[in-house]
Amino acid sequence: MTLYDLALICRSKNAGPFRMTIDLMFRTEVDYERALHAPNLTAARVAALYRVAPEDVAVKPFKRILTIKVVLPRSISSGSPGDVDVYGSQQHFPLGLLEV
Amino acid sequence: MNDEICYLSLCGMLGYGYASESLANAFRGQLDFIGVDAGSTDPGPYYLGSGKGFVKPLLVKRDLSLVLKPALDRKIPLIIGSAGGSGARPHVESVLAILREIARDQHLSFKVAVIYSDLDKSFITRAAADDRLQPCGGAGAFDVSRISDLCHPVAQFGTDPIINALDTGADVILAGRCCDTAIFAALPIQRGFPAGLALHAAKIAECGALCARPVGANDSLVVTLRHDGFIVEPPNPLRCCTPESVAAHSLYEQPDPECFYEPEGKIDMRSSVFTQVGERAVEVKGTVLVPTPKQTLKLEGARLCGFRAITLAGVRDPVAVASLDAIEKGVREVVAQNINGALKHGEYSLRFLRYGIDGVTGGNEPLPSSLPREACLVIEAVAPTQELADTVIGLARSSALHQAFPNRKATAGNLAFPFSPSDFQGGAVYQFSLYHLMNTEGMDISFPVELLTVGGG
Repeated sequence: MTLYDLALICRSKNAGPFRMTIDLMFRTEVDYERALHAPNLTAARVAALYRVAPEDVAVKPFKRILTIKVVLPRSISSGSPGDVDVYGSQQHFPLGLLEV
Repeated sequence: MNDEICYLSLCGMLGYGYASESLANAFRGQLDFIGVDAGSTDPGPYYLGSGKGFVKPLLVKRDLSLVLKPALDRKIPLIIGSAGGSGARPHVESVLAILREIARDQHLSFKVAVIYSDLDKSFITRAAADDRLQPCGGAGAFDVSRISDLCHPVAQFGTDPIINALDTGADVILAGRCCDTAIFAALPIQRGFPAGLALHAAKIAECGALCARPVGANDSLVVTLRHDGFIVEPPNPLRCCTPESVAAHSLYEQPDPECFYEPEGKIDMRSSVFTQVGERAVEVKGTVLVPTPKQTLKLEGARLCGFRAITLAGVRDPVAVASLDAIEKGVREVVAQNINGALKHGEYSLRFLRYGIDGVTGGNEPLPSSLPREACLVIEAVAPTQELADTVIGLARSSALHQAFPNRKATAGNLAFPFSPSDFQGGAVYQFSLYHLMNTEGMDISFPVELLTVGGG
């Protein structure tokens, strides 16, 4: 199953003009734990998918609301020449394709 | 008297609208002030750079014209933060002009305290020379050589200037670029409420009813702040807050769900407890402020990068859809050859976006490329002047229409243009180039308050 299929909410958005945050919210604790412990959902794997440095990527669990937050740098800042997504709202792919 | 403060966040963004019923319901209680955030960097650097607002003046006028008179009648201060979208002088002045219009339309007279947040470039040069600037939120190191290209540099001030403005007794406080939280935390901090709770409440309030379900940045939120916690409740009976919806709000556009940073320090939400009170309200307790040892101020500025022109077209021919790489390569060569003289390599840029194939994800797309039946091709040119950008895009458009490639069958043209003219001017292109924290230790920085009377003249 892909992360996108497992998640209840899978969304991306700017966190300021230079970073993006991807929120993955799950229906149940079982789904949340499955994603959190998936060998694929690591900073290194996310960094490879988005072609950014692994040390700039963070995967943060937020158990209270069954959410995992992924924070990553934008390779081009919001709205600068070359940017494709000013609000960053369609950048949850390719992350959503990860098998969990 | 000072056991609690009750305030209204008009909506998540001035001009995004709110239900008039929300306002009527909110006025049934005693409000200490009304706040509204008008700013964001989300729409990109263009708005700060150009001095224009990203919300149209008519919409800003609608939101202000409903609330202004009832607020004045009840002597409830109205605080507008990051006026005009980016909060630089032209943005603030555009909102001041709207306030004057409303005063004229509704025969009102009121006092406005205006706080500008603009910075002199010489000030930034000195700060950079003194090694006071640190990148913020993933920005790169500050490039001093680019200061002359900087448009509308501003500082994002905190609660102090708004407290000073409140002290003038103004009816409306019109603040330039400020922290979203400062709008809603200034009066509570002035009155001695715990800063951690005041700032957490403010962080939720600045987005209007975004913390409610159904979510609505285009609706209001009422906050009741006490010394041991705060309650959030949407005044619109169609919405409700739940512990989950309010807790989840701390995720939104934030890199860390457990804390956030403001000039006052780090707001720690690790011990925050969210409890349902009544059917539609949520109480929050436990949030604390960890003061920062270093005094800092966040600076923002956009750099002019050139001017943009685009063309867009559809492609249906299957060999053409499969040959977009070859078409792009050919067009780049033709443009480079023919523009030579007017522009050298590196003085302009061309970009090909292929919607339906990889327009959104670009080279990050790992899916196998089964080609679509149709694709949308957007070609963009950025050049030093609008005229040159128009020239480059015109040349790129005609070249792309007729570019040859192997096995071409549709030899009369590759592109379906939906419009005549088929090219569009995009205007100035900017980049956030100042997004830095300035260490203000030992500096005397103040944001003076100008008191004006609007209307009645």
